[in-house]
Amino acid sequence: MKSKDVPQDDANMMQGKFREPVYSLDKDGNYTTVKSVGWNPKNEVMQEAWDVANEKIEDVKQKVIAGKLSPIAYYLEKNLMDVSLLAKYMGLWRWTVKKHLKPKNFKKLSDEVLEKYAEVFDITKEVLIDKNWSNGVVE
Amino acid sequence: MNKVLKFEHKQSAHCENGVVSNLMRFYDIEISEPMVFGIGSGLFFSHMPFLKVNGIPVTSFRPLPGIIFKRTSKRLGLKFEKHKYSNPDKAMLALDKNLDAGIPTGMLVGVYHLTYFPDPYRFHFNAHNLVVFGKTDDTYHISDPIMEEPKTLTYNELKRVRFAKGTFAPKGHMYWAKDVPKSVDLKPAIIKGIKHTCKDMLTIPIPMFGVKGIRFLSKKLRNYPKKLGARKAASYTGQIVRAQEEIGTGGAGFRYMYGAFLQEAAEIMNNPKLKKLSYEISEVGDLWREFAIITGRIVKNRNKADESYDHAADLLLKIADKEEDFFKKLQKAIK
Repeated sequence: MKSKDVPQDDANMMQGKFREPVYSLDKDGNYTTVKSVGWNPKNEVMQEAWDVANEKIEDVKQKVIAGKLSPIAYYLEKNLMDVSLLAKYMGLWRWTVKKHLKPKNFKKLSDEVLEKYAEVFDITKEVLIDKNWSNGVVE
Repeated sequence: MNKVLKFEHKQSAHCENGVVSNLMRFYDIEISEPMVFGIGSGLFFSHMPFLKVNGIPVTSFRPLPGIIFKRTSKRLGLKFEKHKYSNPDKAMLALDKNLDAGIPTGMLVGVYHLTYFPDPYRFHFNAHNLVVFGKTDDTYHISDPIMEEPKTLTYNELKRVRFAKGTFAPKGHMYWAKDVPKSVDLKPAIIKGIKHTCKDMLTIPIPMFGVKGIRFLSKKLRNYPKKLGARKAASYTGQIVRAQEEIGTGGAGFRYMYGAFLQEAAEIMNNPKLKKLSYEISEVGDLWREFAIITGRIVKNRNKADESYDHAADLLLKIADKEEDFFKKLQKAIK
Protein backbone atom coordinates (compact mmCIF):
# COMPACT_ATOMS: atom_id res chain seq x y z
CA MET A 1 0.00 0.00 0.00
CA LYS A 2 1.15 3.50 -0.82
CA SER A 3 1.35 6.03 2.01
CA LYS A 4 -1.05 8.32 0.22
CA ASP A 5 -3.62 5.50 0.13
CA VAL A 6 -3.64 4.84 3.88
CA PRO A 7 -7.33 5.28 4.69
CA GLN A 8 -8.54 8.00 7.03
CA ASP A 9 -12.15 6.95 7.63
CA ASP A 10 -13.09 8.29 11.02
CA ALA A 11 -16.02 6.51 12.68
CA ASN A 12 -14.93 7.60 16.16
CA MET A 13 -13.86 4.04 16.98
CA MET A 14 -10.71 5.32 18.67
CA GLN A 15 -12.56 8.22 20.29
CA GLY A 16 -9.65 10.51 19.51
CA LYS A 17 -7.52 8.59 22.02
CA PHE A 18 -4.98 7.39 19.49
CA ARG A 19 -4.33 6.90 15.80
CA GLU A 20 -3.02 3.66 14.43
CA PRO A 21 0.37 3.50 12.67
CA VAL A 22 0.12 1.75 9.31
CA TYR A 23 3.24 0.62 7.43
CA SER A 24 3.16 1.77 3.83
CA LEU A 25 5.39 2.81 0.94
CA ASP A 26 6.22 6.47 0.39
CA LYS A 27 6.77 7.99 -3.05
CA ASP A 28 10.44 6.96 -3.03
CA GLY A 29 9.59 3.31 -2.33
CA ASN A 30 10.65 3.43 1.31
CA TYR A 31 8.56 1.90 4.06
CA THR A 32 7.24 4.39 6.57
CA THR A 33 4.34 4.61 9.03
CA VAL A 34 1.32 6.81 8.47
CA LYS A 35 -1.12 7.36 11.32
CA SER A 36 -4.65 6.39 10.46
CA VAL A 37 -7.92 7.30 12.19
CA GLY A 38 -9.66 4.25 10.76
CA TRP A 39 -10.78 2.25 7.74
CA ASN A 40 -14.41 1.74 6.76
CA PRO A 41 -14.49 -2.07 6.41
CA LYS A 42 -12.83 -2.39 9.80
CA ASN A 43 -15.09 0.24 11.40
CA GLU A 44 -18.13 -1.58 10.07
CA VAL A 45 -17.07 -4.98 11.37
CA MET A 46 -16.33 -3.50 14.78
CA GLN A 47 -19.66 -1.68 14.78
CA GLU A 48 -21.34 -4.92 13.78
CA ALA A 49 -19.78 -6.78 16.70
CA TRP A 50 -20.93 -4.05 19.07
CA ASP A 51 -24.44 -4.04 17.60
CA VAL A 52 -24.68 -7.78 18.28
CA ALA A 53 -23.39 -7.28 21.84
CA ASN A 54 -25.79 -4.40 22.46
CA GLU A 55 -28.72 -6.41 21.11
CA LYS A 56 -27.89 -9.13 23.62
CA ILE A 57 -27.57 -6.63 26.46
CA GLU A 58 -30.96 -5.12 25.59
CA ASP A 59 -32.51 -8.57 25.41
CA VAL A 60 -31.24 -9.54 28.86
CA LYS A 61 -32.30 -6.16 30.22
CA GLN A 62 -35.88 -6.85 29.15
CA LYS A 63 -35.74 -10.23 30.86
CA VAL A 64 -34.53 -8.62 34.08
CA ILE A 65 -37.32 -6.04 33.91
CA ALA A 66 -39.79 -8.87 33.37
CA GLY A 67 -38.44 -10.59 36.47
CA LYS A 68 -37.08 -13.61 34.59
CA LEU A 69 -33.42 -12.94 35.36
CA SER A 70 -31.55 -11.20 38.18
CA PRO A 71 -29.69 -7.88 37.67
CA ILE A 72 -26.44 -9.85 37.76
CA ALA A 73 -27.38 -11.29 34.36
CA TYR A 74 -27.67 -7.76 32.98
CA TYR A 75 -24.34 -6.49 34.34
CA LEU A 76 -22.64 -9.68 33.25
CA GLU A 77 -23.76 -9.02 29.67
CA LYS A 78 -23.00 -5.31 29.92
CA ASN A 79 -19.43 -6.09 30.98
CA LEU A 80 -19.08 -8.46 27.99
CA MET A 81 -18.49 -11.40 30.32
CA ASP A 82 -19.73 -14.94 30.34
CA VAL A 83 -20.58 -17.02 33.39
CA SER A 84 -17.18 -18.65 33.48
CA LEU A 85 -15.27 -15.33 33.44
CA LEU A 86 -17.54 -13.78 36.07
CA ALA A 87 -17.08 -16.86 38.25
CA LYS A 88 -13.30 -16.37 38.04
CA TYR A 89 -13.56 -12.71 39.04
CA MET A 90 -15.87 -13.69 41.91
CA GLY A 91 -13.81 -16.65 43.03
CA LEU A 92 -16.95 -18.81 42.87
CA TRP A 93 -17.95 -21.96 41.05
CA ARG A 94 -19.70 -21.50 37.73
CA TRP A 95 -22.87 -23.19 38.94
CA THR A 96 -23.00 -20.83 41.93
CA VAL A 97 -22.92 -17.79 39.63
CA LYS A 98 -25.54 -19.45 37.41
CA LYS A 99 -27.75 -19.82 40.47
CA HIS A 100 -27.37 -16.11 41.22
CA LEU A 101 -28.78 -15.26 37.80
CA LYS A 102 -32.19 -16.39 39.04
CA PRO A 103 -34.18 -13.63 40.75
CA LYS A 104 -35.32 -15.79 43.65
CA ASN A 105 -31.72 -16.69 44.58
CA PHE A 106 -30.49 -13.15 43.97
CA LYS A 107 -32.86 -11.86 46.65
CA LYS A 108 -31.23 -14.13 49.21
CA LEU A 109 -27.65 -12.98 48.57
CA SER A 110 -25.69 -11.62 51.52
CA ASP A 111 -24.44 -8.03 51.57
CA GLU A 112 -20.92 -9.35 51.30
CA VAL A 113 -21.56 -11.23 48.07
CA LEU A 114 -23.51 -8.30 46.63
CA GLU A 115 -20.62 -5.95 47.44
CA LYS A 116 -18.22 -8.25 45.66
CA TYR A 117 -20.41 -8.42 42.55
CA ALA A 118 -20.77 -4.63 42.59
CA GLU A 119 -17.00 -4.25 42.80
CA VAL A 120 -16.45 -6.56 39.83
CA PHE A 121 -19.03 -4.61 37.80
CA ASP A 122 -17.58 -1.25 38.84
CA ILE A 123 -20.87 -0.09 40.36
CA THR A 124 -22.20 0.34 43.90
CA LYS A 125 -24.21 -2.29 45.71
CA GLU A 126 -27.14 0.14 45.74
CA VAL A 127 -27.13 0.37 41.95
CA LEU A 128 -26.91 -3.41 41.68
CA ILE A 129 -29.98 -4.06 43.79
CA ASP A 130 -31.82 -0.97 42.52
CA LYS A 131 -35.54 -1.61 42.78
CA ASN A 132 -36.29 0.60 39.77
CA TRP A 133 -35.82 -2.35 37.45
CA SER A 134 -39.57 -2.90 37.46
CA ASN A 135 -40.04 0.60 36.02
CA GLY A 136 -37.58 -0.14 33.27
CA VAL A 137 -35.21 2.62 34.45
CA VAL A 138 -31.61 1.44 34.38
CA GLU A 139 -28.79 3.98 34.51
CA MET B 1 8.29 6.76 46.24
CA ASN B 2 8.81 9.21 43.40
CA LYS B 3 10.92 8.15 40.49
CA VAL B 4 10.48 8.58 36.76
CA LEU B 5 13.04 7.02 34.45
CA LYS B 6 14.25 8.67 31.27
CA PHE B 7 12.34 6.38 28.96
CA GLU B 8 11.74 7.18 25.30
CA HIS B 9 8.29 6.01 24.26
CA LYS B 10 7.64 5.09 20.63
CA GLN B 11 4.29 3.97 19.29
CA SER B 12 4.04 0.65 17.44
CA ALA B 13 1.37 -1.23 15.53
CA HIS B 14 1.69 -4.37 17.64
CA CYS B 15 2.28 -4.35 21.39
CA GLU B 16 4.75 -7.22 21.68
CA ASN B 17 7.13 -5.78 19.07
CA GLY B 18 6.77 -2.34 20.60
CA VAL B 19 7.65 -3.37 24.13
CA VAL B 20 10.83 -5.16 23.03
CA SER B 21 11.84 -2.25 20.81
CA ASN B 22 11.18 0.38 23.51
CA LEU B 23 12.88 -1.61 26.28
CA MET B 24 16.00 -2.14 24.17
CA ARG B 25 16.22 1.54 23.25
CA PHE B 26 16.49 2.28 26.98
CA TYR B 27 19.71 0.24 26.94
CA ASP B 28 20.98 2.02 23.81
CA ILE B 29 20.16 -0.79 21.43
CA GLU B 30 18.13 0.46 18.52
CA ILE B 31 15.85 -2.22 17.02
CA SER B 32 12.82 -1.06 15.07
CA GLU B 33 9.37 -2.60 15.42
CA PRO B 34 9.54 -4.36 12.00
CA MET B 35 12.98 -5.74 12.93
CA VAL B 36 11.60 -7.29 16.14
CA PHE B 37 8.64 -8.64 14.19
CA GLY B 38 10.83 -10.22 11.51
CA ILE B 39 13.43 -11.67 13.85
CA GLY B 40 10.69 -12.98 16.13
CA SER B 41 8.89 -14.59 13.14
CA GLY B 42 5.62 -12.82 13.93
CA LEU B 43 3.97 -13.53 10.61
CA PHE B 44 1.81 -16.63 10.67
CA PHE B 45 -1.52 -18.05 9.61
CA SER B 46 -3.72 -20.66 11.18
CA HIS B 47 -7.32 -21.78 10.86
CA MET B 48 -8.46 -24.22 13.52
CA PRO B 49 -12.09 -25.30 13.09
CA PHE B 50 -12.09 -27.40 16.25
CA LEU B 51 -10.79 -24.58 18.44
CA LYS B 52 -13.75 -22.33 19.09
CA VAL B 53 -14.19 -19.03 20.90
CA ASN B 54 -17.81 -18.12 21.64
CA GLY B 55 -18.77 -21.02 19.41
CA ILE B 56 -16.87 -19.67 16.39
CA PRO B 57 -13.81 -21.38 14.85
CA VAL B 58 -10.58 -19.47 15.34
CA THR B 59 -8.64 -18.00 12.46
CA SER B 60 -5.44 -16.28 13.48
CA PHE B 61 -2.80 -14.24 11.72
CA ARG B 62 -0.21 -14.39 14.48
CA PRO B 63 1.61 -16.91 16.67
CA LEU B 64 0.50 -17.28 20.30
CA PRO B 65 1.12 -14.26 22.56
CA GLY B 66 4.64 -14.18 23.96
CA ILE B 67 6.24 -16.08 21.07
CA ILE B 68 7.65 -13.06 19.23
CA PHE B 69 9.14 -11.85 22.49
CA LYS B 70 10.69 -15.23 23.26
CA ARG B 71 12.17 -15.76 19.81
CA THR B 72 13.54 -12.24 19.48
CA SER B 73 15.31 -12.32 22.82
CA LYS B 74 16.73 -15.77 22.16
CA ARG B 75 17.97 -14.87 18.68
CA LEU B 76 19.56 -11.62 19.84
CA GLY B 77 20.97 -13.00 23.07
CA LEU B 78 18.93 -10.74 25.35
CA LYS B 79 18.31 -12.09 28.84
CA PHE B 80 15.11 -11.28 30.67
CA GLU B 81 14.09 -11.92 34.23
CA LYS B 82 10.45 -13.01 34.55
CA HIS B 83 8.08 -13.31 37.46
CA LYS B 84 4.46 -14.15 38.20
CA TYR B 85 2.76 -13.38 41.48
CA SER B 86 -0.15 -14.81 43.38
CA ASN B 87 -0.53 -11.80 45.67
CA PRO B 88 -1.49 -8.55 43.86
CA ASP B 89 0.02 -6.20 46.45
CA LYS B 90 3.29 -8.13 46.39
CA ALA B 91 3.28 -7.85 42.59
CA MET B 92 2.96 -4.08 42.93
CA LEU B 93 5.69 -3.97 45.57
CA ALA B 94 8.04 -5.89 43.28
CA LEU B 95 7.34 -3.34 40.57
CA ASP B 96 8.13 -0.45 42.93
CA LYS B 97 11.41 -2.10 43.86
CA ASN B 98 12.33 -2.39 40.19
CA LEU B 99 11.51 1.24 39.48
CA ASP B 100 13.49 2.29 42.52
CA ALA B 101 16.46 0.38 41.11
CA GLY B 102 16.04 2.22 37.81
CA ILE B 103 14.68 -0.72 35.82
CA PRO B 104 11.88 -0.10 33.31
CA THR B 105 9.59 -3.10 33.65
CA GLY B 106 7.44 -4.80 31.04
CA MET B 107 4.23 -6.56 31.97
CA LEU B 108 1.18 -8.36 30.72
CA VAL B 109 -2.22 -6.80 31.35
CA GLY B 110 -5.88 -7.22 30.43
CA VAL B 111 -7.24 -4.45 28.21
CA TYR B 112 -10.84 -4.42 29.45
CA HIS B 113 -10.11 -2.16 32.42
CA LEU B 114 -7.43 -0.01 30.78
CA THR B 115 -8.90 3.41 31.44
CA TYR B 116 -7.08 5.19 28.63
CA PHE B 117 -8.28 2.74 25.94
CA PRO B 118 -11.15 3.85 23.68
CA ASP B 119 -14.36 2.01 24.63
CA PRO B 120 -14.85 0.13 21.33
CA TYR B 121 -11.44 -1.50 21.89
CA ARG B 122 -12.15 -2.63 25.44
CA PHE B 123 -12.84 -6.33 25.51
CA HIS B 124 -11.55 -9.16 27.67
CA PHE B 125 -8.19 -9.68 26.00
CA ASN B 126 -5.43 -10.46 28.46
CA ALA B 127 -2.19 -10.64 26.54
CA HIS B 128 -1.50 -6.94 26.12
CA ASN B 129 2.04 -5.71 26.84
CA LEU B 130 3.20 -2.39 28.26
CA VAL B 131 6.17 -0.92 30.12
CA VAL B 132 6.02 0.90 33.46
CA PHE B 133 8.82 3.44 33.71
CA GLY B 134 8.03 5.58 36.71
CA LYS B 135 5.92 6.37 39.73
CA THR B 136 4.81 9.71 41.16
CA ASP B 137 2.87 9.34 44.42
CA ASP B 138 0.00 7.00 43.59
CA THR B 139 0.43 7.26 39.82
CA TYR B 140 2.40 4.99 37.49
CA HIS B 141 3.91 6.20 34.22
CA ILE B 142 3.02 3.85 31.41
CA SER B 143 4.54 3.33 27.99
CA ASP B 144 1.75 1.50 26.16
CA PRO B 145 3.08 0.70 22.66
CA ILE B 146 -0.38 1.14 21.11
CA MET B 147 -0.70 4.72 22.37
CA GLU B 148 0.86 7.75 20.72
CA GLU B 149 1.99 9.27 24.05
CA PRO B 150 2.87 7.85 27.49
CA LYS B 151 -0.13 7.36 29.79
CA THR B 152 -0.71 7.06 33.54
CA LEU B 153 -2.60 4.62 35.75
CA THR B 154 -3.25 4.79 39.49
CA TYR B 155 -2.04 2.04 41.82
CA ASN B 156 -5.47 0.40 41.89
CA GLU B 157 -6.03 0.71 38.16
CA LEU B 158 -2.70 -0.92 37.38
CA LYS B 159 -3.21 -3.65 39.97
CA ARG B 160 -6.59 -4.43 38.45
CA VAL B 161 -5.33 -4.88 34.87
CA ARG B 162 -2.35 -6.93 36.06
CA PHE B 163 -4.74 -9.36 37.68
CA ALA B 164 -7.38 -9.55 34.98
CA LYS B 165 -9.07 -12.96 34.85
CA GLY B 166 -9.90 -15.35 32.02
CA THR B 167 -7.92 -16.80 29.10
CA PHE B 168 -4.21 -15.89 29.31
CA ALA B 169 -4.79 -14.36 32.78
CA PRO B 170 -1.58 -12.34 33.34
CA LYS B 171 -1.26 -13.19 37.07
CA GLY B 172 0.89 -10.13 37.61
CA HIS B 173 3.47 -11.38 35.10
CA MET B 174 6.32 -8.92 34.69
CA TYR B 175 9.68 -9.00 32.94
CA TRP B 176 12.76 -6.86 32.66
CA ALA B 177 16.15 -6.92 30.99
CA LYS B 178 18.80 -8.72 32.98
CA ASP B 179 21.82 -9.01 30.73
CA VAL B 180 21.93 -6.57 27.89
CA PRO B 181 24.84 -7.00 25.49
CA LYS B 182 26.72 -3.88 24.39
CA SER B 183 25.65 -4.50 20.84
CA VAL B 184 23.69 -7.15 18.99
CA ASP B 185 24.49 -8.97 15.77
CA LEU B 186 21.39 -8.62 13.64
CA LYS B 187 22.53 -10.68 10.64
CA PRO B 188 22.29 -14.24 12.05
CA ALA B 189 19.10 -13.30 13.88
CA ILE B 190 17.53 -12.01 10.65
CA ILE B 191 18.38 -15.26 8.87
CA LYS B 192 16.96 -17.37 11.66
CA GLY B 193 13.81 -15.25 11.74
CA ILE B 194 13.26 -15.50 7.98
CA LYS B 195 13.94 -19.24 7.87
CA HIS B 196 11.48 -19.87 10.65
CA THR B 197 8.72 -17.85 8.98
CA CYS B 198 9.25 -19.61 5.65
CA LYS B 199 9.07 -22.95 7.40
CA ASP B 200 5.90 -21.96 9.27
CA MET B 201 4.21 -20.76 6.12
CA LEU B 202 5.31 -23.54 3.77
CA THR B 203 6.08 -26.83 5.44
CA ILE B 204 4.03 -27.54 8.58
CA PRO B 205 2.60 -30.96 7.64
CA ILE B 206 -0.87 -30.19 9.04
CA PRO B 207 -3.30 -28.45 6.66
CA MET B 208 -4.38 -25.83 9.19
CA PHE B 209 -1.24 -23.73 9.17
CA GLY B 210 0.57 -21.42 6.79
CA VAL B 211 -0.27 -21.37 3.10
CA LYS B 212 -2.12 -24.68 3.43
CA GLY B 213 -4.20 -23.16 6.18
CA ILE B 214 -5.26 -20.31 3.87
CA ARG B 215 -6.44 -22.86 1.27
CA PHE B 216 -8.19 -24.82 4.00
CA LEU B 217 -10.04 -21.69 5.14
CA SER B 218 -11.00 -20.97 1.52
CA LYS B 219 -12.67 -24.36 1.28
CA LYS B 220 -14.50 -23.91 4.58
CA LEU B 221 -15.57 -20.36 3.79
CA ARG B 222 -17.03 -21.38 0.44
CA ASN B 223 -19.29 -23.89 2.19
CA TYR B 224 -20.33 -21.68 5.10
CA PRO B 225 -23.66 -20.48 3.62
CA LYS B 226 -24.75 -23.99 2.59
CA LYS B 227 -23.63 -25.58 5.80
CA LEU B 228 -24.54 -22.95 8.36
CA GLY B 229 -27.26 -20.74 6.92
CA ALA B 230 -26.87 -17.03 6.18
CA ARG B 231 -26.80 -15.63 9.71
CA LYS B 232 -24.33 -18.08 11.22
CA ALA B 233 -22.16 -18.01 8.11
CA ALA B 234 -21.89 -14.25 8.50
CA SER B 235 -20.86 -14.47 12.13
CA TYR B 236 -18.22 -17.11 11.32
CA THR B 237 -16.94 -14.78 8.60
CA GLY B 238 -16.97 -11.85 11.04
CA GLN B 239 -14.40 -13.58 13.23
CA ILE B 240 -11.99 -13.82 10.30
CA VAL B 241 -12.25 -10.12 9.51
CA ARG B 242 -11.92 -9.15 13.13
CA ALA B 243 -8.86 -11.34 13.66
CA GLN B 244 -7.46 -9.67 10.59
CA GLU B 245 -8.36 -6.08 11.27
CA GLU B 246 -9.67 -5.37 14.75
CA ILE B 247 -6.40 -5.89 16.52
CA GLY B 248 -5.05 -3.46 14.00
CA THR B 249 -2.36 -5.58 12.51
CA GLY B 250 -3.42 -9.11 11.55
CA GLY B 251 -3.65 -9.88 7.84
CA ALA B 252 -2.73 -6.97 5.64
CA GLY B 253 -1.03 -4.90 8.36
CA PHE B 254 1.37 -7.72 9.19
CA ARG B 255 2.28 -8.13 5.51
CA TYR B 256 3.16 -4.44 5.26
CA MET B 257 5.14 -4.66 8.47
CA TYR B 258 6.99 -7.67 7.09
CA GLY B 259 7.79 -5.61 4.00
CA ALA B 260 9.30 -2.91 6.21
CA PHE B 261 11.36 -5.61 7.90
CA LEU B 262 12.65 -6.99 4.60
CA GLN B 263 13.59 -3.55 3.39
CA GLU B 264 15.61 -2.90 6.53
CA ALA B 265 17.10 -6.40 6.34
CA ALA B 266 18.12 -5.84 2.70
CA GLU B 267 20.23 -2.91 3.84
CA ILE B 268 21.82 -4.76 6.77
CA MET B 269 22.48 -7.97 4.83
CA ASN B 270 23.45 -6.07 1.70
CA ASN B 271 20.99 -8.25 -0.19
CA PRO B 272 18.98 -6.46 -2.91
CA LYS B 273 16.76 -9.52 -3.40
CA LEU B 274 15.17 -8.84 -0.05
CA LYS B 275 14.34 -5.30 -1.11
CA LYS B 276 12.60 -6.57 -4.22
CA LEU B 277 10.63 -9.04 -2.11
CA SER B 278 9.66 -6.26 0.30
CA TYR B 279 7.58 -4.76 -2.52
CA GLU B 280 6.00 -8.08 -3.41
CA ILE B 281 4.72 -8.69 0.09
CA SER B 282 3.14 -5.23 0.05
CA GLU B 283 1.08 -6.36 -2.94
CA VAL B 284 0.00 -9.45 -1.04
CA GLY B 285 -1.05 -7.11 1.77
CA ASP B 286 -3.22 -5.25 -0.72
CA LEU B 287 -4.96 -8.54 -1.58
CA TRP B 288 -5.67 -9.16 2.10
CA ARG B 289 -7.26 -5.72 2.26
CA GLU B 290 -9.42 -6.61 -0.72
CA PHE B 291 -10.43 -9.74 1.17
CA ALA B 292 -11.40 -7.63 4.19
CA ILE B 293 -13.60 -5.44 1.98
CA ILE B 294 -15.50 -8.44 0.57
CA THR B 295 -15.87 -10.27 3.88
CA GLY B 296 -16.78 -7.00 5.61
CA ARG B 297 -19.66 -6.68 3.18
CA ILE B 298 -20.76 -10.24 3.98
CA VAL B 299 -20.87 -9.36 7.66
CA LYS B 300 -22.83 -6.19 6.94
CA ASN B 301 -25.47 -7.97 4.83
CA ARG B 302 -25.57 -10.79 7.31
CA ASN B 303 -29.05 -11.99 6.43
CA LYS B 304 -28.42 -12.99 2.88
CA ALA B 305 -25.84 -15.42 1.61
CA ASP B 306 -24.83 -14.56 -1.95
CA GLU B 307 -21.97 -15.07 -4.34
CA SER B 308 -19.68 -12.95 -2.11
CA TYR B 309 -18.64 -16.15 -0.37
CA ASP B 310 -17.34 -17.58 -3.64
CA HIS B 311 -15.52 -14.34 -4.39
CA ALA B 312 -13.91 -14.34 -0.97
CA ALA B 313 -12.94 -18.02 -1.23
CA ASP B 314 -11.44 -17.47 -4.71
CA LEU B 315 -9.47 -14.51 -3.43
CA LEU B 316 -8.07 -16.63 -0.59
CA LEU B 317 -6.83 -19.18 -3.12
CA LYS B 318 -5.14 -16.40 -5.05
CA ILE B 319 -3.54 -15.11 -1.85
CA ALA B 320 -2.36 -18.61 -0.92
CA ASP B 321 -0.69 -19.01 -4.33
CA LYS B 322 1.00 -15.63 -4.05
CA GLU B 323 2.24 -16.29 -0.54
CA GLU B 324 3.53 -19.72 -1.46
CA ASP B 325 5.47 -18.22 -4.32
CA PHE B 326 6.68 -15.35 -2.12
CA PHE B 327 7.98 -17.49 0.74
CA LYS B 328 9.69 -19.90 -1.65
CA LYS B 329 11.54 -16.98 -3.21
CA LEU B 330 12.37 -15.64 0.22
CA GLN B 331 13.80 -18.98 1.25
CA LYS B 332 16.06 -18.91 -1.79
CA ALA B 333 17.03 -15.27 -1.30
CA ILE B 334 18.83 -15.96 1.98
CA LYS B 335 20.57 -19.14 0.90
